[in-house]
Amino acid sequence: MSHPQFPRHKGYVRSMNGWWNRNPFFQKYILREVTSFGVEIYAVILTWGLVSLARGEEAWNGWLAAMQSPWSVLLHVLLAASMAIHAWSWFAIMPKTMPMVFIGHERLKDATITRTGWAVAVVATLVSWLIFGWWQS
Amino acid sequence: MKKRSNAPILWVMFGGGGVLAALLGFALVTTTGILVPMGWVFSPDALSYAKVLGLAQSWLGKLFLFVIVWLFSWHAAHRVYHSLHDFGVPKGWGGRMVSYVVAFVCTVLAAVSLLSI
Repeated sequence: MSHPQFPRHKGYVRSMNGWWNRNPFFQKYILREVTSFGVEIYAVILTWGLVSLARGEEAWNGWLAAMQSPWSVLLHVLLAASMAIHAWSWFAIMPKTMPMVFIGHERLKDATITRTGWAVAVVATLVSWLIFGWWQS
Repeated sequence: MKKRSNAPILWVMFGGGGVLAALLGFALVTTTGILVPMGWVFSPDALSYAKVLGLAQSWLGKLFLFVIVWLFSWHAAHRVYHSLHDFGVPKGWGGRMVSYVVAFVCTVLAAVSLLSI
């Protein structure tokens, strides 16, 4: 905010460009948070698909054709990588975000929580593909 | 015992969407965006109009499709809003537009589309 009696302050403001490259920990943090843009882009693509489906067969086929374009496939390769990083980091952080779990007097180990999460994610992915294969046949 | 507060609804959507994206995100993106369009593993007709319409006509199918769009978009919105701050975008209406408003529009469009099918 400027003050009428004083000129506007134009002091040094540290740039935010590339601040995450100052430390590998920050890089990992940014990589993890950037995956949320991937989830948002995919939600928009799915919404567009549902709107097309509601508009009829021609609109749906238009959406399918767009999904077949090389640019779309390339985008989805990036989105798949983003989803994989999201799943990896989600369970890596889970021991810090969930309440402590005790079995008897022993606290459930962080590594156990993370590895269980990763295992469940791999199983869920395989089961999803199987269910889809069964559904479409 | 002290009464525990109810978690805010935004946080529930953030957590639910995060778990759902971690478990199903990779399978969904690879199936709808790579495997079916390229005709790898699954047939290119796997997402034909008749098949997907049939899914969207059942209440279970509607629920599944709606929950995916709803929770994915709100989970992402919550994080994108805070990430924009990390990239030097000040917190305010600009950031809210590209995050919460996108999520809100996606949720409403998905609900209206599914209910009209």
